[in-house]
Amino acid sequence: MLRFDNNGIYCRQAGIYIDPWRPVDKAIITHAHSDHARWGNKYYLAHHDTVPLLRLRLGFDINVEGIGYNHSIEINGVQISLHPAGHIPGSAQIRLEYKGEIWVVSGDYKLQHDGISVPFEPVRCHHFITESTFGLPVYNFPPPQQVYDEINEWWRNNADLGQNSVIIGYALGKAQRILHHLDSGIGAIWVHGAVANINTVLEEQGIELQPWQRVSPDQNKKDFNGAMIVAPPSAIGSSWLKRFEPFSLGICSGWMQLRGARRRRSADRGFIMSDHCDWTQLNEAIAATGAEHVYVTHGYKSVYAKWLRENKGINATEVETLYEGESLEGNKEEIEEL
Amino acid sequence: MKGFSELFTVIEQTTKINAKIDALVQYFADAPESDIVWCVALLTGKTPRRAIKTADLRNWCAELSGLPMWLFDESYLVVGDLAETIALCLPAPVANKEYSLTETLQQLNKLAAASDEEKKRIITARWMEMNANNRLVFNKLITGGFRMGVSRQLVIKALAKHYNQEENQVAHKLMGNWNPEIISIDELLFEANSGEKLYHPYPFFLAYQVESELAVLGDVHDWQIEEKYDGIRGQIIVRNGELFIWSRGEELITDKFPEFELLKNILPNGTVLDGEILPYKDGRPLPFQIMQTRISRKNVTKKSLQEAPLVMICYDLLEQDGKDIRDMPLSSRRQQLEYLVTLAGSQAPLIISPVFPCNNWDEVIAIREAARDNNCEGVMLKKKDSVYETGRRRGNWWKWKVDPLTVDAVLIYAQRGHGRRADLYTDYTFAVWDNDVLVPFAKAYSGLTDKEILEVDNWIKKNTIEKFGPVRSVTPELVFELAFEGINESTRHKSGVAVRFPRIARWRKDKNIGDANTKFDLLQLIEAARR
Repeated sequence: MLRFDNNGIYCRQAGIYIDPWRPVDKAIITHAHSDHARWGNKYYLAHHDTVPLLRLRLGFDINVEGIGYNHSIEINGVQISLHPAGHIPGSAQIRLEYKGEIWVVSGDYKLQHDGISVPFEPVRCHHFITESTFGLPVYNFPPPQQVYDEINEWWRNNADLGQNSVIIGYALGKAQRILHHLDSGIGAIWVHGAVANINTVLEEQGIELQPWQRVSPDQNKKDFNGAMIVAPPSAIGSSWLKRFEPFSLGICSGWMQLRGARRRRSADRGFIMSDHCDWTQLNEAIAATGAEHVYVTHGYKSVYAKWLRENKGINATEVETLYEGESLEGNKEEIEEL
Repeated sequence: MKGFSELFTVIEQTTKINAKIDALVQYFADAPESDIVWCVALLTGKTPRRAIKTADLRNWCAELSGLPMWLFDESYLVVGDLAETIALCLPAPVANKEYSLTETLQQLNKLAAASDEEKKRIITARWMEMNANNRLVFNKLITGGFRMGVSRQLVIKALAKHYNQEENQVAHKLMGNWNPEIISIDELLFEANSGEKLYHPYPFFLAYQVESELAVLGDVHDWQIEEKYDGIRGQIIVRNGELFIWSRGEELITDKFPEFELLKNILPNGTVLDGEILPYKDGRPLPFQIMQTRISRKNVTKKSLQEAPLVMICYDLLEQDGKDIRDMPLSSRRQQLEYLVTLAGSQAPLIISPVFPCNNWDEVIAIREAARDNNCEGVMLKKKDSVYETGRRRGNWWKWKVDPLTVDAVLIYAQRGHGRRADLYTDYTFAVWDNDVLVPFAKAYSGLTDKEILEVDNWIKKNTIEKFGPVRSVTPELVFELAFEGINESTRHKSGVAVRFPRIARWRKDKNIGDANTKFDLLQLIEAARR
C-alpha cells in the first residue's frame, strides 16, 4: 500500500505522502522537526498540537489541518488515523488501513515517558516503518529520573563553584523536557531565542515548564550568576555563548552514551537523554506491533535490519530516506531565530 | 575498586589541571594504602600485561548478552574501544560486590597462569557483580595498556602535595622498577636509598621546542649549543661494579647493548651519564632506521654488532663518585664530563657531544640548518649556569628541531579512528604518483582540526569507492601536505620508501591531484639526505 519514492513515503490509493522531503500536493506530517516537516507542500495534515509548530516554522500561510489521536478519517477507501509516538509534543505514528492490510509509519518515537508528550501507544499492524537512530546494543539509556537528578546536581555544584550552567538540547522537544524537570529552586533559568519561541507555543497548549526568561542582547552579565541557560546545539562554539562565561557545558543526547562522542564535543558533561528509542525500546516496540514486515530507516539501518531478520525472524529491509535522526551538529535548528 | 573508578570518571570529566590534582589528592586521602601504591603504579605506566586474549573477552561478552558475534563486532566498530563496548553490551549485574583495587590487580596477575575455563569463570563472575562504570575500568585493566588522563608529572605533584614532600624527591623515588606487589607506600616514598636501589636512575630533564625569536634568550655566550641527536635517550649507571642502562621510557635495557658491558670496569663507581645511544661509524651517526632494526632484534648477533656499533653521545654527568651533582651549574658538570670521557679512553664506546662555540645567533641558525646532513634532528640550547631539572621544563633548556620535510599527497584510503574519534574516518593512507599510478607511501591521522575532520569524514562517506572491512577506498581527489622527520628506502611499502613521524601539515584545498608529488620526488629527498 505504501512505497518509498523520490519524494518520500507515498500512499498511492489515498494520493498522499507521509513526511515528504520534496514539495508534494498532500502531506501527512508525523511531527514538527525540520527533517520530517519540510517546506513547500500544498496541504499538510498533522496532529492538533503540531499545527501551531508547523505555522511557526513554515509560515502562517500554510494550508494545514489538525486532527486528534485515535480519530479515523477516510480518503478514497483508506482509513487513516494518528497515534501517539511519544517523541515530542504532537508527534504521531500514522496508521493506514486498506482492504484489511495495515501499515504504520512511526516517524521518530520513544517508549520512555518524558513528562511533556503523550506516551507512545503500540499499534498492531502488518507493515511497520521504524527509525534505527540508536539501533545498536551499546545504546541502553538510564532511567530518565536519574538523568534529571544528575542535571540538577550538576547545576547546584556549578552554582556553588561560582560558574554558570549551559545545557544543550534541541529547541523543540528536548529543551522543554529539560525545562519541565529543572529544579528552579537552584537559580534563574534563561533560554536561547529559538527555545523561547517554541516554549511560548507549547505553554499555550498547556505544557508546564519551570519559569524561564529569554536572553536578550543587551543583558547584564550579573543576571546569569549561578543560572541555567538552555540553548540549542547550534549555540556550541558560537560567540553567543561567551556572555555566560565562566560556565560548564552540558549536552543532552543519546550519543552521550559513548565516551568518544562526549569527548569529541568537548562537553564538560554529557547527559544521556534522548527522544529516540534505545536498543531495548526498539526491540520492545517492534515486538508489540506484531508486524511481519519491517522497513528500517535512518540510523544503523543495515545492522538493525539484519538483526531483525536473523534473530527475530522478521522480514526486514533497510530503506534509504532523508531523515536525520538525532544529530549533534545542530542542523535541525533555525539559527536565525537568535 | 569503587573509589578508583570514581577517580577515573572525575579525571575524564575535566581538562583542568588543578581539578585533576585535587581529585588525585582526594583519592590518596581516602584510599587504602595498598590501593594507593597500585594506583601510582598504574598511572606511571606500570600497567598489567594483558592476561586474557581479546577474542575470548569478545566471545564471553557475546555469550552473556545473547548477541550474535557479528553484532558485537559491528558495535565495537562504532564504539572504537573494546573495554567500553563490553561494558555497554553486558546485561545488568546480578549482584554488587566490592573488590579493592589491590585485590583486583592481584587477581589479574594470577590469572595469566590459570586455565582457560578458570579465566572465563573468574572474569564473567566479576562482570556480573559490578555496575557499568566499574566494568569499564575493570575491562581497561584486563585489556592491557591502561591509561588515565593524567601525566606522570601530575601524579608527582599530587603525591608531593598529599605527603608534603619535595616534587623532585618524589620524582626520583618513582623512577626504576619497584614492584607494587611487594612495596608499601612508606617504602616507596619515605625510605632512604637502600642497597637494592643501586640501579635507580634520575628523572630525565627534557626540553620544550623554542617558542620565540632566539634574541629573546639574551646573550648567546650564556648558552651551550649542541646538536640534537636522534637515537635512544638513556642513562648509563655504574655503581658497585655493576652496569645499568635505562631508557627515557624507564625501561632497563642493559641486556640490549652488550657493547657497553666493559664500562663497568672503566668508569669509576658512582657514575651516572645522560646521553643518546645510537649507531655510529666513521665519525658520524648512522640513520635512525639502522637503530630500529638493531633494537627490534631479540638476540644481538655478531653481524649486527658490526653493522650498527653503538655508542653513547654523552650530554651530561648526573652523579660523580656516588654524589648527586645535578645542582651544580652545567658548565661545571660539563668540565667533569669531559674529564671523565677523556679518562675512559678510546676503547670506551663514549663520545662527548660536541659543543659549538657561537658568537651570534645567526651561527646557531646555521648549525641547525646543517643538522639533518649530520643525521641530527636539530640543536639544543642549554643555559651554561643551569642545574639539571626534572621532567619537561621551559626556561633553561630548549630544543630547536629542524623544519620537517614536506610533500603533497593524495588521500586514497580511510579507516575509522579509535577512542575520541571512533565513529569518524580519521586514519588516512596517502599516495604519490609513480608515472600515472598512485602508490601509497604513508599513513597519518593527526594534524587536522576537529572541524576539518568532520568535513573530511563527511566527504569520505560520500566518495567511497569500495569497503574492505573497516577500510574504505575513496575517489582520489583530496590533496594534503604531509610533514615528516626523515625518509628512507623500505621494502615494506609499495612505494619503496618509508617516512618517519608522518602527519598532516595542512589540507591543500587549493591543489588538485595533478599537483601532488611523485615517487621520484621522494627518491630525490633520500638522495639529498645521503649527501
